Amino acid sequence: MSSLWEYANPRKFMATSGALLPWVSGLAVLCLVGGLFWGFFLTPDDFRQGSTVKIIYLHVPAAIMAINVWLMMLVASLIWLIRRHHVSALAAKAAAPVGAVFTAIALFTGAVWGQPMWGTWWEWDPRLTSFLILFLFYLGYIAMWEAVENPDAAADLTTVLCLVGSVFAVISRYALLFWNQGLHQGASLSMDAEQNVADVFWYPLVTCIAGFFLLFLALVLYRTRTEIRARRLRALLAQERTA
Amino acid sequence: MVLAVMDLSVGRGLVEVLRGVSFRLAPGAALVLRGPNGAGKTTLLRTLAGLTPPFAGRVEAEPDSVAYAGHADGIKAQLTVAENLDFWAAVFGRDEVGAAMDAFDLRGLADRRAGELSAGQKRRLSLARLLVAGRPVWCLDEPTVSLDAENVARFAAAVTAHLAAGGAAVMATHIELGIGSAETLDVARFAAPPPSAGDPGADPFGGDAPL
Amino acid sequence: MIALILRDLRLAFRAGGGFGLALAFFLIVVVLVPFGVGPETGRLSGIAPGILWLGALLACLLSLDRVFQLDWEDGSLELLATSALPLETLAFAKAIAHWLTTGLPLVVAAPLLGVMLNLPGPAYPWLAASLAVGTPGLSAIGTFGAALTVGIKRGGLLLSLLVLPLYVPSLIFGAMTATRAAEALDPLPPLALLAGLSLAAAAAMPFAAAGALRVNLR
Repeated sequence: MSSLWEYANPRKFMATSGALLPWVSGLAVLCLVGGLFWGFFLTPDDFRQGSTVKIIYLHVPAAIMAINVWLMMLVASLIWLIRRHHVSALAAKAAAPVGAVFTAIALFTGAVWGQPMWGTWWEWDPRLTSFLILFLFYLGYIAMWEAVENPDAAADLTTVLCLVGSVFAVISRYALLFWNQGLHQGASLSMDAEQNVADVFWYPLVTCIAGFFLLFLALVLYRTRTEIRARRLRALLAQERTA
Repeated sequence: MVLAVMDLSVGRGLVEVLRGVSFRLAPGAALVLRGPNGAGKTTLLRTLAGLTPPFAGRVEAEPDSVAYAGHADGIKAQLTVAENLDFWAAVFGRDEVGAAMDAFDLRGLADRRAGELSAGQKRRLSLARLLVAGRPVWCLDEPTVSLDAENVARFAAAVTAHLAAGGAAVMATHIELGIGSAETLDVARFAAPPPSAGDPGADPFGGDAPL
Repeated sequence: MIALILRDLRLAFRAGGGFGLALAFFLIVVVLVPFGVGPETGRLSGIAPGILWLGALLACLLSLDRVFQLDWEDGSLELLATSALPLETLAFAKAIAHWLTTGLPLVVAAPLLGVMLNLPGPAYPWLAASLAVGTPGLSAIGTFGAALTVGIKRGGLLLSLLVLPLYVPSLIFGAMTATRAAEALDPLPPLALLAGLSLAAAAAMPFAAAGALRVNLR
């Protein structure tokens, strides 16, 4: 009987992730290179925003992943909390720096995009500001992992932090809307609204989003494998000492 | 039976230290834990007190029946001796501190700030807290540290009185207290074997099989 | 629980207890601001609510590492954990004690310091009200941060890094209450949101703090 929980076994995870990694990495490179090339060179300039609009192919996927990586960490933390699967906790740990970098990319490209559009590098717009706060949450989460010696205790403490942080991230989001109405254009993509990006931009954008997602998957698999090996090394050293 | 320990495995961090510890304490029984430094006496006591979760096995005791005293005295230097004891009495829902002061000869120190006490006096104050707590099972980690011979005798008398009143005690100590009914448990007997795959609570990243 | 609050208050007032440090810090922050932004009363009165709230928040933050650290170092915390007092209650009592020794003096002092920053007249009661309503929330959230970092040596900086992002909503609603009152707008909506936030924090954070304490005490 096969179940998802089998991958909680470090050995099973190592075998499966090792087999998957070349494919995921290859697909990520393919999607990213293809999507970015398509977006940068094969689409027309926007009639209002000119060629600056093309930063959308980095900005939007990075922003989407910035939030989704945190959600993935939340789910992985909950799995650790409820089922005590070590691989899950390590995956959450592995994802955090990747998420932080995606958030930083979203902030940086936002600034680069905002300069010609709004005439300022930084604007205390609620959308931008909530990403800044998300970035601070990532930093705190990573610092918490680094600060605690015992890996199981670190996993527990970061889980509590991730849960509380998620709630406060949502509260902050709405508090910021209350605080400042903002300049940011509406969402480029949304589930319920009509598509507000023309097809010529839409297809390369979706390719880039897929590319970013695959890149995240590849990086998390790499990093989780590294964390598992580090834990293995630790356990072997402990065995050495007691033997 | 005030305390029953069944097939208990305890550890510090990720490392299992003791395995298969089992004993039962009836009212009036005392158990002295022996073993070299680092053998796991402190870890076992912390597990009995409910601070450290066991790797495997069970500790059975009435809820809120264990009083723990560790290496640290848990004394507030800015408060007087009496204030320290009053605080713990309130926390444990009791109001009697006089008997505890008498047992460890603290009356004369009652109004002194605890920060001014010597190490031995602090230890007496910390042991008096056990009497204040009024709990049936004492888990004591090196209770006689910094006590002189006279006060070791006071402590032994307090333990004897506690046992006579139907209490029980588990103590890690290296000195002979002269408590007649006390049994000795050498924790080195339970030293956990090197970890192997499939152990309950073993590090899931350890074991012989390569990744 | 009452005994614990009383003990913490007594410890705070005794020598070396640190009572008044947060208040003095608050004073210094507020006094330094005009040196940084210039003495024009118009500019100062515009930013006064924000400065007062930020100063109160930082003063609150500064005293957080004492909440559990001292009890941890002298062993009281593990003894309390083995007592009949649930850790959730312990965390709640600690938050109350922290508020009484830090938040409450800030609430009282803030209007006085408002005079120095030329805070507009109508804002005074609302500033005091927003701090009175908001600082308990800051204490509750901060207690959670203190519980997370209690086992970490020199965890003060980490504590700030963890807690400050959690303070963002409180700061926004609190400062906005006073600002709106200063600008003769209706200050009630942000105050109501702040009250909700503080109540939710007071209700939920002790559980999170107790969870963190349990892990740190193992």
